[in-house]
Amino acid sequence: MIRVFVEGVGLLGPGLQGWEAARRVLSGEEPFRPASTIIAASELLPPAERRRTPVPVKLALAVGQEAFQNAGRDAACTATVFTSSSGEGETLHQMCETLASEEREVSPTRFHNSVHNAAAGYWSIATRSREASTSLCAYDASFGAGLIEAVTQVVSWRKAVALIAYDQPYPEPLHSARPLLASLGAALVLTPEATGRTSATFELELLPGEEKPARMSDSALEELRLGIPAARALPLLEALARETQSDVVLDFLTETRLRVSVSPC
Amino acid sequence: MLRALREKRSGLAPCGFETARIDTYVGLVPGLDDFRVRSDLQDYDCRNNRLAQLCLEQNGFAREIAAARDRYGAGRIGLYLGTSTSGLHTTELAYRRRDPKTGALPADYRYAETQNAYSLGEFVRRYLGLSGPGFVVSSACSSSAKVLGNAARMIAAGICDAAVVGGVDSLCLMTLYGFHSLGLTSPGPCRPYDVDRDGISIGEGGGFALLEKANGVEPGAVLLLGVGETSDAYHMSTPHPEGLGARMAMQQALDMAGLEPSDIDYVNLHGTATKSNDASEDKAVFEVFRGQTPCSSTKGATGHLLGAAGITEAIISILAIEHGFVPGSANTRSVDPALKCNYLLENRQAKVTRALSNSFGFGGSNCSLVLGVAQ
Repeated sequence: MIRVFVEGVGLLGPGLQGWEAARRVLSGEEPFRPASTIIAASELLPPAERRRTPVPVKLALAVGQEAFQNAGRDAACTATVFTSSSGEGETLHQMCETLASEEREVSPTRFHNSVHNAAAGYWSIATRSREASTSLCAYDASFGAGLIEAVTQVVSWRKAVALIAYDQPYPEPLHSARPLLASLGAALVLTPEATGRTSATFELELLPGEEKPARMSDSALEELRLGIPAARALPLLEALARETQSDVVLDFLTETRLRVSVSPC
Repeated sequence: MLRALREKRSGLAPCGFETARIDTYVGLVPGLDDFRVRSDLQDYDCRNNRLAQLCLEQNGFAREIAAARDRYGAGRIGLYLGTSTSGLHTTELAYRRRDPKTGALPADYRYAETQNAYSLGEFVRRYLGLSGPGFVVSSACSSSAKVLGNAARMIAAGICDAAVVGGVDSLCLMTLYGFHSLGLTSPGPCRPYDVDRDGISIGEGGGFALLEKANGVEPGAVLLLGVGETSDAYHMSTPHPEGLGARMAMQQALDMAGLEPSDIDYVNLHGTATKSNDASEDKAVFEVFRGQTPCSSTKGATGHLLGAAGITEAIISILAIEHGFVPGSANTRSVDPALKCNYLLENRQAKVTRALSNSFGFGGSNCSLVLGVAQ
């Protein structure tokens, strides 16, 4: 059993426009009304960079920034774990189109934006953070991968770590090969000790794959959970929103689940 | 690998990869076009997973893991692998076969099993019959160095008892044309640290290792002593000019190992042979090691293996420790006088008790590893 403290949360998804609004929906105070995810350009970046950043990067930056604001913590001094199943879909599509053409002259900016760790790179530049940062992928298990890595970093380094999970649907023709329901990003700032901003503790353990993952009671939210890898975080965020002690079984790899015991502080 | 390094052989040759028309050299693994993955895993067939299987078949590795599976149980062995482009080449080929009317990709295109970064993880997991926790790290050219950090932390936290670590990256048009667009590919075989160095040679390759708990190991076993991970916070594709993030990564790895720079006998540099990488890395290494410690880049032999560079150079560092062999730099003719490190052109027989290996990537992602022999 590994224990960490939750200091800040960020959430951006369809009808989940920021953690404060989403908390009222996830706690059941307000109904879920699906709507397009609104992703603003990050003010963390200088104007020239803002225009060049791909949408998944903007999504990751926005949701990460919200979690740090809620935590009241300096992002420059905090390690980060980025996790995404889809990575940089639009850039991938544009590059593959160019490479399938006669010309093949790809844009150098597009090339450096194509890496899976593009969001981590822009985040580090934007926040001036020289701390450790990693970028993970485990297909549909990407949120579980990010959570287990972030929690392990917190207990290994005895330092705060931010987890930033995000997925952005692909354009066609990739969308038909890998349909993702909508854009969604979720971020958590986790610490090794309680702080003035701690809202809950997580106690995490691995379970065998026979355990059924927690579902969302609202069918539209359950559709999101299944339709976007980053939205596998929703049952955990629902437990945080409801501010009650609960055991949440999260989806991870075929043979493994994660049980997170959430206790509000 | 050891023999090739001893003979200072380079695997670089003029680029004949697929339909790429770029005036550069590459390190191409022959035979992959005709190689097939194990029949029960054919959904995962792509250049990258073929290369992964080829690596797993080397040196009895798959057998070693089967034995480890019996010792620990399949669910207690984690799997942490690095790649930058996974099976992307399959997507490049599929984009040439789009339906002329609808634009759809061909019906036989498999996204999850090829394109997705985790394709490598799932393929290797199935190939080795492992069921422990795992994921793929894709942080460009630092990916498969960083997985050693992931595995060490997971073992220390009790998430798993042992872990397979590694990385595989294979040639694709995206990296060839992409690095070319940045003006970073050399027209000849790359010459790290050379006064006339003019860019990288892209290679493909992979490597795997089993990481286990260090308690009770026999003298002579190779230990992972330190891992340093930092970010540059500078630029997406250019390293920090003073090598600040790189220096911090080396210092962190030394601190974690509880070692002084003078305790390190060999530094395997990132040494890509671009003007900017070698200049900034040299500043960082000189700051830490003051020009004493012998160092070299092995990319003149292997090319830049991108997401597989970290693990392959960690393995080269292990060979250096096990065989008392310090590799000189293949292809480099005369060391740039502006660079101040103790850069080795010629091979050297010398006792290597501890080695440090650097891997830096796009997005300013830095990782340094310290490896050493158990006394």
